[in-house]
Amino acid sequence: MRKYSVFALAREALRAHKGWDAQWSSPEPRSSYDVIIVGGGGHGLGAAYYLAKEHGITNVAVLEKGWLGGGNTGRNTTIIRSNYLYEESMDMYEHSLKLWEGLSQDLNYNVMYSPRGVMMLSHNTHDMQSFKRHINANRLYGIDNEWLTPEQAKAYCPPLDISKTARYPINGAALQKRGGTARHDAVAWGYARAASDRGVHIIQNTEVTGIRRGPDGEVTGVETNRGFIGAKKIGVSAAGHSSVVMEMAGVRVPLASNPLQALVSEPLKPIFPCVVMSNTVHAYISQSDKGELVIGAGTDQYNSYSQTGGLQIITHTLDAICELFPMFRRVKMMRQWGGITDNTPDRSAIQSVTPVPGLFVNCGWGTGGFKATPGSANLFAHLIAKGEPHKLAAGLTLDRFRTGRLIDEAAAAAVAH
Amino acid sequence: MLLIHCPYCEEDRSELEFRWAGEAHIARPDAIADITDEEFAEYFFLRNNEKGLTYERWRHIHGCGRFFNAARDTVSDRFLMTYKAGLPKRPVPGVSATEKTVETYEQTEGDAR
Repeated sequence: MRKYSVFALAREALRAHKGWDAQWSSPEPRSSYDVIIVGGGGHGLGAAYYLAKEHGITNVAVLEKGWLGGGNTGRNTTIIRSNYLYEESMDMYEHSLKLWEGLSQDLNYNVMYSPRGVMMLSHNTHDMQSFKRHINANRLYGIDNEWLTPEQAKAYCPPLDISKTARYPINGAALQKRGGTARHDAVAWGYARAASDRGVHIIQNTEVTGIRRGPDGEVTGVETNRGFIGAKKIGVSAAGHSSVVMEMAGVRVPLASNPLQALVSEPLKPIFPCVVMSNTVHAYISQSDKGELVIGAGTDQYNSYSQTGGLQIITHTLDAICELFPMFRRVKMMRQWGGITDNTPDRSAIQSVTPVPGLFVNCGWGTGGFKATPGSANLFAHLIAKGEPHKLAAGLTLDRFRTGRLIDEAAAAAVAH
Repeated sequence: MLLIHCPYCEEDRSELEFRWAGEAHIARPDAIADITDEEFAEYFFLRNNEKGLTYERWRHIHGCGRFFNAARDTVSDRFLMTYKAGLPKRPVPGVSATEKTVETYEQTEGDAR
């Protein structure tokens, strides 16, 4: 792999940029692999990368039915934060945030991680109490999170309307300064390039249609639209389609697939310095480096695989955005899309062994999987390599729905998170 | 936004009047205190989450207020049938639960590429 650097860029600039190689290779699949990862999003590609880098397992293939990062990795609003309430969540998301901080250097690929701060608006006494509880829990656990008065919030994010007569008055905000955004496509591409460089096969346009099992129930490989591919271990990281893939091995997972929508505006000059979320009126907004306002809307109420959603969901969010930031009322929206999120009953992820030997699952990231990408991938690789979870992911088992040891971030976040 | 036929009001109304209420035809175990943890997890948490034909409950919460059942395709979001609560699960004419739906994004967007 050719190292990306300012010198490489300068050299290519003098040669009309004719010397760049493909970022990853696209080989024909082998007849079998040590590990097959199902799903070529950030989580799956990252897991393949960490398997090769940290566990020395390089005979790995990532199978993707569409194109890399074409699912939820390329459809989210790129928010990164770790200010969750429960220890299991804080462990995972803080591990992830620490990896985000060094990810561009690690991958030699600019993922444009930008710790511009994530501000969560409080609109009422309940919000204030809930956020202060989060702040205290986070700080006791060594995670930054601070309380802002409305004036401090306005100073941090000048477009915010904090007037007493606002439709949704603000009585404060929680701010995680290390939170921010990253370029989502670059995360998938960066992991793909680094994994490919270590010998991982990245195989696109290959859909898994079945999981084959041996006489003792263990996995032996996958059926695909390009034929059978053998595998000693299979890691399923298929987001909204995880339950469909797991069903192929006869394993039921407690997931509901719901559309989640996002939209972007026409590009504007730099005007919005941070990420703002309001759970209560349901709006999140940031500005991409291209200048588009990136706005996250809500989930539809019903199960669906349609990758679209109802227009009333978007208008509800835009109503709130226009009240919070009156200056955006005449901005034109440019594109809108949906992704299929896999939601668990307690809104916490599942990263677990399964009743089928050799089959591992990483799913249930729901509406908040992007921020977890490096941490989840890193710990999923550990799970696949060792056959047991890393201590930072020990609570995210499939078994918790039997034992009742839930991690109820659904109640903690009140909305999609 | 979906247009939903309420079998009680016998009218097509906007989705805004309705609340989705989960998978249909799930029977609460009779002696729920006696079942094992596995059986409870199965009853309480595990759902089919079908890609394709699904049976689900809806409630006409801003109308008659009643629960009813619906058969819907989760790929196209098309309602195939609605029927009153308490009636048994009914097959949808011309659609089998195992039939593969073709309107997936992979097939449309994938081909376009």
